[in-house]
Amino acid sequence: MSHWTVVPVLLPGMLAAIIVLAARHQPSLARILSVAGTIGLLALTIALFWRASDGSIDVYLLGDWAAPFGIVLVTDRLSTLMTLLTAALALPVLLYAIGSGWDLRGKHFHALFQFQVMGIMGAFLTGDVFNLFVFFEILLIASYGLMIHAGGGPRLRAGTQYVLYNLLGSTLFLFALGTLYAETGTLNMADLAQRVAAIDAGSSAGIRVAAVLLLLVFAVKAAVLPLHFWLPASYSEAPAPVAALFAIMTKVGAYCIIRIYTLIFPPDLAVTQGLFDTWLLPAALLSLAVGMIGVLGAGRIDRLVAFAAIGSMGMLMTALAIFTPQGIAAALYYAMHSTLATAVLFLLVDAVQVGRGRAGTDLQAGSPVSGGPLTAGMFFLAAIAMCGLPPLSGFIGKLLVLDAARGSDLAVISWAVILLTSLVAIVGFARAGSQVFWKSHQIAAKQADAFETEADEANISDGAPNPGPLMAVSIGMLLAMIVALTIFAGPVTTTVERTAAQLFDGEDYIATILGTEGKVIEYHGDDYGDADAATGGADQEEAAE
Amino acid sequence: MELLVASAIGVMTAAGIYLVLRLRTFPVIIGISLLTYAVNVFLFSAGRLTTNAPAVLRDGVDRYADPLPQALVLTAIVISFGMTAVVVVVALGSWLSCDDDLVDAPDVRPGQPDATATARGESS
Repeated sequence: MSHWTVVPVLLPGMLAAIIVLAARHQPSLARILSVAGTIGLLALTIALFWRASDGSIDVYLLGDWAAPFGIVLVTDRLSTLMTLLTAALALPVLLYAIGSGWDLRGKHFHALFQFQVMGIMGAFLTGDVFNLFVFFEILLIASYGLMIHAGGGPRLRAGTQYVLYNLLGSTLFLFALGTLYAETGTLNMADLAQRVAAIDAGSSAGIRVAAVLLLLVFAVKAAVLPLHFWLPASYSEAPAPVAALFAIMTKVGAYCIIRIYTLIFPPDLAVTQGLFDTWLLPAALLSLAVGMIGVLGAGRIDRLVAFAAIGSMGMLMTALAIFTPQGIAAALYYAMHSTLATAVLFLLVDAVQVGRGRAGTDLQAGSPVSGGPLTAGMFFLAAIAMCGLPPLSGFIGKLLVLDAARGSDLAVISWAVILLTSLVAIVGFARAGSQVFWKSHQIAAKQADAFETEADEANISDGAPNPGPLMAVSIGMLLAMIVALTIFAGPVTTTVERTAAQLFDGEDYIATILGTEGKVIEYHGDDYGDADAATGGADQEEAAE
Repeated sequence: MELLVASAIGVMTAAGIYLVLRLRTFPVIIGISLLTYAVNVFLFSAGRLTTNAPAVLRDGVDRYADPLPQALVLTAIVISFGMTAVVVVVALGSWLSCDDDLVDAPDVRPGQPDATATARGESS
């Protein structure tokens, strides 16, 4: 039992408390603490990832209580991969928030940011379904605060929707957990896996309900089609760094689907047959289509990116719904890619908005974007990555998804939808790019003809400050990660394939968690001085179950 | 007893969903509260319904209530209280700054930065 497992949860949590208490009135101190903590977290998650990369599974028993009764945190390949991705995303996003001054536009940005990271880390590491709910609530309550950070009418309205929708999601989650507990009598994932496998097909109605309810909950988080309504408004109204951080939140939903439906309800389980090919795959393909059509139809550039996020989640879910080890591996690679690509696009939208003055995020020609070539070039790269054009990682991810879809029953439809939506996305992004970056220059040229050149120059420089160096650096960091993901596609693919293989071999996970020694519940009867209380206690324990 | 508890959960859920669909913040918040009450009772009954059975180990007793759902309900109540408080504050802020209590967003079109003003016009 390594104590390092719990540190990714504790470190941001403690740090957030310290920031609230000690650095409330000193923004620079809060910034230093927050950045230092995030760098520390990144180092820590790299170490944990390296530790789990030999296939070992580490279990941390909270309070040293043995597994089915106590809460456990687990690091295996999948959870360390996701925590590493979170930390790698959090650092540039935080730097951007500092560089653009977003963190000073409201109170408690850094504390909420750390709480959000804590919730995400906990959701990835926990091995207990109810604890997953608790960490969901932690990350959600922090995200409510971040979502309405800096205030303003439209943002508060979008925030109300976001909070309400997620509250409904949480209620649904509790219903699912109640059903699950009523059917199995446990909420520990490893224990659940064993007990669900033992349920015979004759009495499977309740467990089927639980499985479908859970899938619905995670589909809400992952913004899969019929449940995606909350995403465009929330993400486009949220402050840019917050929206970029939210890119990992949809992946929490995807992670939970991968974890729960490989471990507890594996695809070969009789009682939950048909969940994926009948329900999830069409939903995923639909959200891919709707997302990319939304990219084409969006009237504002932030909405466009929000719809691109839905589309990329659809792509991820398509790979996931195939539910072979190959499909999961493709989904994991695409998850990494789409998290980074979505985040970088949200940050770039903010940089464009800063640079455009009054035209803001409207998708029409306005004053030219300043920082012009740099911003435009980075947007071009990010759009290439998001659409899945070669040479960036989106292309490789898409190839992996196509390859994984080859064997499935719906291969023809999947291929058609994936390829057509890619075309639609390319058209959508090309349109947005030409409106925002090219036509603006034409307008500027016309204005220069009509008016005095100097006045126009003044106008441009007036409404269009250059993006700060720290902003450019943080966007550059994210782009560098996308490029690295492309260059090291070979090793990364091997890693995600091993991760998928480990997921499909759940015996090891179950044995490790349930086999870890810890305190167990014993009834000594000391308080009552009863002679044969020990045996009586054992009987009572059985009766209680 | 099962019928009573089940119908109570069902009625509360139905009423909650109806109120949530009203799309005005106050009924929606009341609806969410009803839904959380329903889910708390549901969680409570997930460990089977028993009467006069202690949840803590005790001498001379051989029938126990399941203690775990009670712990879960406790957590769920705390979280749902907190979340309801958050949603009230956010909704209040939204009402004060948008001058209406509609939950659904107005259409946002390019060239109309002041979207709340149009919503105000439509709703009044």
